[in-house]
Amino acid sequence: MIKQLIELFIFPGLVFLIAYSLYVQYIDRKLYARLQNRVGPPWFQPFADTIKLFSKETIMPRNIDKVLFQILPYFSFAAVVTSFLFIPVSSLSPVFSYPGDLIIVAYLLTIPTLVLALAGWVSGTTYSVIGGIRCLTQLFSYEVPFFIALLMPAIMTGTWNIAEISQQLPGFIAANPLFLIPLFIGFVVSIISLQGKLERRPFDIPDAETEIVAGPFVEYSGRLFGIFRLAIDMELVVGAAVVAAVFLGGPHAYFGIPSFIVFLLQTLFIIIILSVIKAATARIRIDQMINFGWRILAPLSLTGLILLIILLNL
Amino acid sequence: MDKQMILPIGPQHPLLKEPVHFKFTIEGETIVDADIRLGYNHRGIEKAAEDMTYIQSLYMIERICGICSMVHATNFCMATEEIAKVEVPPRAKYIRIIVAELERLHSHLLWLSVAGHEVGFDTLFMVAMRDREVVQDMLEMIGGNRVNYGINSLGGVRQDITPGQKDQVLKALKIIEERIGYYAKVATTESTFIGRVSGVGVLPKEIAHSHGAVGPTARGSGINYDVRRDLPYSGYDTIPFEVITSDLCDVLGRTIVRVGEIIESVKIIRYALEHLPEGPIQAKVPRRIPVGEAFARYEAPRGEATQYVRANGTDKPDRVKVRASTNANLISIRHTLLNQQVADIPIIIAAIDPCLSCTDRTAVIMEDAQSGNQNILLWKELRNISLEKHPL
Repeated sequence: MIKQLIELFIFPGLVFLIAYSLYVQYIDRKLYARLQNRVGPPWFQPFADTIKLFSKETIMPRNIDKVLFQILPYFSFAAVVTSFLFIPVSSLSPVFSYPGDLIIVAYLLTIPTLVLALAGWVSGTTYSVIGGIRCLTQLFSYEVPFFIALLMPAIMTGTWNIAEISQQLPGFIAANPLFLIPLFIGFVVSIISLQGKLERRPFDIPDAETEIVAGPFVEYSGRLFGIFRLAIDMELVVGAAVVAAVFLGGPHAYFGIPSFIVFLLQTLFIIIILSVIKAATARIRIDQMINFGWRILAPLSLTGLILLIILLNL
Repeated sequence: MDKQMILPIGPQHPLLKEPVHFKFTIEGETIVDADIRLGYNHRGIEKAAEDMTYIQSLYMIERICGICSMVHATNFCMATEEIAKVEVPPRAKYIRIIVAELERLHSHLLWLSVAGHEVGFDTLFMVAMRDREVVQDMLEMIGGNRVNYGINSLGGVRQDITPGQKDQVLKALKIIEERIGYYAKVATTESTFIGRVSGVGVLPKEIAHSHGAVGPTARGSGINYDVRRDLPYSGYDTIPFEVITSDLCDVLGRTIVRVGEIIESVKIIRYALEHLPEGPIQAKVPRRIPVGEAFARYEAPRGEATQYVRANGTDKPDRVKVRASTNANLISIRHTLLNQQVADIPIIIAAIDPCLSCTDRTAVIMEDAQSGNQNILLWKELRNISLEKHPL
């Protein structure tokens, strides 16, 4: 009982996730700053920001659905924290695991986007409504390629269980090195769609600062905004961890390195890739995003899938 | 819900650096109508200049704009010198050119960085801002200030350029030239950036002509016009340089023009420094300017800026009228905004490089024209209101 509670709330559950996501936010910001020839924040900046946001007054607009407005941030927070429980962190067995949990995680990671769109509607400002619409429009362009990409390792190993995929994938690849090609395509597609999912440059269209101020977040302030921010930071960690578990074999004790260190290295590797993409690109338009999603990303992922099926039937 | 939505932008908005109000009517993500309101930044400088002597006015007019401060000050000097029939020594003319072109460098680098920020390319913003510092240091070294250099004085310039300063400027130009070559490459090859500026905010040549666009906005639409070459002032006729134009007519065209102008400016400064004539830097201008009027024009970084000065024989100008380049370019902005995406608003507005503190002279609100209820206040009434609100 106590062991389960510790797993749920301390490690690898809530407290570890919050601490690690704030640290990852620091890495992201620092690296982004160094790539732009700036100094960047000190290591405690994300913690200080979060504490500051939580201690600030929460201002709510009049004439809105106050209950929904207040509940929404917790929804996305809860969805992200729950999805983390299915991901192997310190060993190959996660806190919860059952056949088909990959689908659950993919579904739970969609909730923050839907919540953002709803938050945009509830706020009732022009900027936030436009941001909400953009959230949903964007969702349709990256979600399908992301799911197809996650599907590839699942087909390779013949299971929908994240833990089993990470257990079997390294051995499978070592036995059939040719499968690296579809796996690599899937990895690239999932990284790009993850960037879209997290609404980071070049896909930060829903909260484009110079166009619609902050999109769905316009009316959020204080604690509610802090929870949103935290949820998005955690989504970054969870998204990176899912991709690591599914494509890089998860916390496999490669070369005798402890599983936990492997987990940290893998997630940091993916987050560094995401940061470099963020620094090297300009924000694209929503129509360009749809074009990119359906004309490049989706065909690319389908090509990988077809290649995989051909290889499996050889 | 109505299909059309009103999207207000400004006077306070992250996209704007200065207060101005835009009212966009949008359908989904497409702009169907745009309305521009000015007048948040009117400071009454033209009127105030009438109460000051020429020397005092010069320094106040320099503060019309924080970025192109050399523009208005030089214009005022040139107009006053023309009325007083004073010939500016050639060395002073060249020093004015050097400072003016350094200002063009920093203004265009600032534009490049802001354009990067508006399309969400913050790396370009940071890097261009870093290199702008090199130019700012040169301006500080020559004039003593990063902005509002105060280098102009009636009849010449206030300070000479020493051989040591000349060497340092030449060294800085080398750095700028190197880095601008790289930006020119990034701005014309980076695919996400190209995707955001190519084909956006199209201003056809005829419209640019009929709407009176000036400067890089006009040259980006293929109008081959530059005051420095066509109506040379302050010794520009002795310096060889090229006028950059582009036939693309979109934001990319304006970007190419500005980046090309940076390279040309570097050449102009280098030529002027190497051929700096010897001699005095100031001619004597009488304290009381004789009766007369003059009109000066100047190729500011943003386009042609003009100034009209009328003297009445005293030591104070009778009338000063400034028309900044943004004033001319704002008229064409509505045409470029129609049928564009909401996401393109920032970069289209930024593409004319709006400088609203230059532009806001007097605003006449036309809204009450229908009801016939026009609120026109005389200077006396306005003064009384201000005295009532803030007693001395």
